[in-house]
Amino acid sequence: MSAPSALLREPAGAGRDLNAQALRADARRESLRLLALLSPSLFLVFAIIIVPIGWLFWLSLFDEAGAFSTSNYARFFEQASYIKTFVTTFKVAFIVTGACVLLGYPLAYMLSQLPRRAASICLIFVILPFWTSVLVRTYAWLVILQRKGLINSWLIDLGVISQPLSLANNLSGVVIGMTHILLPFLVLPLYASMKTIDTDCLRAGMNLGAGPVATFRQIFFPLSLPGLASGVVIVFVLCLGFFVTPALMGGGKVIMWAMRMEQTTSLYSNWGAGAALGVVLLVVTLALLGLFQWLLGARATGVWSSR
Amino acid sequence: MKTINSLGIAAVAGLMASAAAPAFAADTITVASWGGTYQEAQTKAFFDPTAKALGITIKQDTTNGLDDVRLQVTGNAVKWDITELGADECARGSKEGLFEKLDYGLIDKSGINPKLVHDDWVGISYTSVVLIYRTDVFGDKGPKTWADFWNVEKFPGRRALSSSQATETLSVAALASGLPIDKVYPVDIDGALKSVDKIRGHVDAWWTSGAQAMQLVKDGEVDMASIWNGRAGTLKKEGAPVSFSFDQGVLTADCMVIPKGAKNKEAAMKALAMFVSPQLQANLPLYVDNGPVNEKAFETGKIPPERIKDINSAPENVKKQVLQDAEFWRDTLVEATEKFNNLIQQ
Repeated sequence: MSAPSALLREPAGAGRDLNAQALRADARRESLRLLALLSPSLFLVFAIIIVPIGWLFWLSLFDEAGAFSTSNYARFFEQASYIKTFVTTFKVAFIVTGACVLLGYPLAYMLSQLPRRAASICLIFVILPFWTSVLVRTYAWLVILQRKGLINSWLIDLGVISQPLSLANNLSGVVIGMTHILLPFLVLPLYASMKTIDTDCLRAGMNLGAGPVATFRQIFFPLSLPGLASGVVIVFVLCLGFFVTPALMGGGKVIMWAMRMEQTTSLYSNWGAGAALGVVLLVVTLALLGLFQWLLGARATGVWSSR
Repeated sequence: MKTINSLGIAAVAGLMASAAAPAFAADTITVASWGGTYQEAQTKAFFDPTAKALGITIKQDTTNGLDDVRLQVTGNAVKWDITELGADECARGSKEGLFEKLDYGLIDKSGINPKLVHDDWVGISYTSVVLIYRTDVFGDKGPKTWADFWNVEKFPGRRALSSSQATETLSVAALASGLPIDKVYPVDIDGALKSVDKIRGHVDAWWTSGAQAMQLVKDGEVDMASIWNGRAGTLKKEGAPVSFSFDQGVLTADCMVIPKGAKNKEAAMKALAMFVSPQLQANLPLYVDNGPVNEKAFETGKIPPERIKDINSAPENVKKQVLQDAEFWRDTLVEATEKFNNLIQQ
C-alpha cells in the first residue's frame, strides 16, 4: 500500500491529477481483490470467534426463566464473593506471571548464550513437561508439597523445620503448580526473540566502552522486550482462565474465575449466569491487554526506531 | 457420588462390550449412572439380572447430573431411558418438568421411604456423609460428633469439609450447633451458616470431590474430615489408620428417573421396577457401600448379618442419621449455596 502512495507524490505538472485518479482506482481494485482472497479466513474468524462470543453475550442477558434481565450481572455487585473471586483471579495471574518472568528470563538468557547443541538439549527439558498431562503434573506437585509430602519430610528429617510448612491447599500451592505449567509459554517466545538479537550490537556497545552490565541493560534487555511482552501476555491470559490447578491445589480456598463459572452455571441451571462471568472476564482482559500493548508496545517500538 | 472414577469407566465399557445381546431381544434401553466402582456394582446388582429376567439389552452411559438431563430434554435429544441423579436434583428436575411420570402399578413402592417416592422420581440407593478421623493422630479418642469436630480446643488438628455439597455441609453444621437429629430439618439456614462461620477459619481444605476427600485423609493432609461412607469404607479396607461411624451421619439418597421423551419408556418402567425390588436391592451392598433404598432388602436373607451392620441404610444405622430432605433443598438450594459460598470464600 505504501508504494502507490509514495508514487503519488512523484509526478509533477498537469498529468498529476489524471495519474493520481488512475492510481487510486487501481489501489481500490487491489484492496478489493485482497479482501476477496481473505474472505474465507475472515468468514472462519467470524464463524468461530465473533458469532460464539456474540452468542455468549446474548445468553448472559437472560435469566433462568428465559426472560430478558440484567440479574446475571447484578449478582456481581450483590454478592461480595464474586468481587473477591475476581480479585483473587487477577492476584494469582500477576503473581504467577511475575514468578514466570523471574525464573524464565534468566533461563531464556542462558539458553540463548549456550552453544546451539547444548541449547537444544536444554530446550528439550523446557518442553518436556508439555508431554505430560496438566492433571498428572498437578497431582505430582500435591505429592511433593503436601504436609507429609517430600519437601516437608526432607526438611523435617534434616532438622530445618519442626512443623510442616503449608505448601499445598493454599495460595502458594496454586502459584507453584501454575508457574511450573506456564513457564514454557514464557521461555519459548523469549528465547526465540533473544536468538534474533544481533550480537554485533552488543559488540558495538562494548567497543564504545560499555561494561557487560551496561551492555545488557542498555542494549540486550531493551531488544528482548518484544519477546518478553508476548510471553508475559500469553502467560497472563492463560492464568486468567486456569481451572484444574487452582481447583486441586487451592484446597477450596483459592477460587478463580473459571471455577466460579462452573459453580455458577450448574447452580443456576442457566447458561446466562456463567456467560455473564465470561463476558466480564473477556472485557476486563481485553482492557488490560490494551493497556499492556500501549505501555510495552510503545517502549518496544521506541527501541526499534531508535535503532 | 458425583465423581466419576475414570478407571471405572474403562471397566464399565468392558462390561458393556461383553454383555451378550440375546438374538431375539426386541428392546434395548440405555441407563446412565455415575460411573466408577458404583456403576460397576449397579451393573452386577441391578442391570445384568434385569436384562436377563426381562430379555432386554441394557446399554450404559455415565452422567454428570441434572445439567445433562436438562440439555437432552430441552434439546429434544434424549439418549437415556433411565438415569440416576442426586435426590435434590430429582426434586429440582421434577419441578422443571423434565421427567416422565412413573407407573406405580408396575413399580412396587413398599419398603421405600415415602419421602423418596414421587410422581416422577424414586429413590435408588443411599450415601452417607460421615465424620472420619485418623487413629494415628487421635488413637480411639478422636472426634465422634460434629460438635467435637467444631471443638478446636479439645480436638486440635487439620480439618476438611465439603464445599461442593453445600447442603450436606449445612446439615452437618446444624448438627454441630447441637441440634438433635430429628430437629435438623427444616434447616435453619442462617443458623447453620453461623455454625459454618465458627469453623471456617479452622478448615484447612474444602473438598469438591469424593476422591479429593479420600486423598486428603489418606495422605494425612488433614486429621479429620467429612467424607462419603463409600470413600471412608475404601480407606479402611486399604488399611489406612482411620475410624468412622454412622453416628450423626447425613443420609443422602440417589434417585432414578425416566427423562421426558425417553424412547423406550415402557421397557424402562419395567426395568426400574426391577431395580427397586427387594431382591435386586439386596444385591447392591454385596458389591459396594451404598445402601439399598428398599428396606425390605434386609429381609431377603441375601445380605449376611455381619455385613448388615456396616450398611448405612440398615434400620439400626438409619436411626442414628439425618435424612437429607430433597424437597426442602429443591426450594432453598440456590440461595443457601450462594450464601454458603459467600461465607467460605470471604
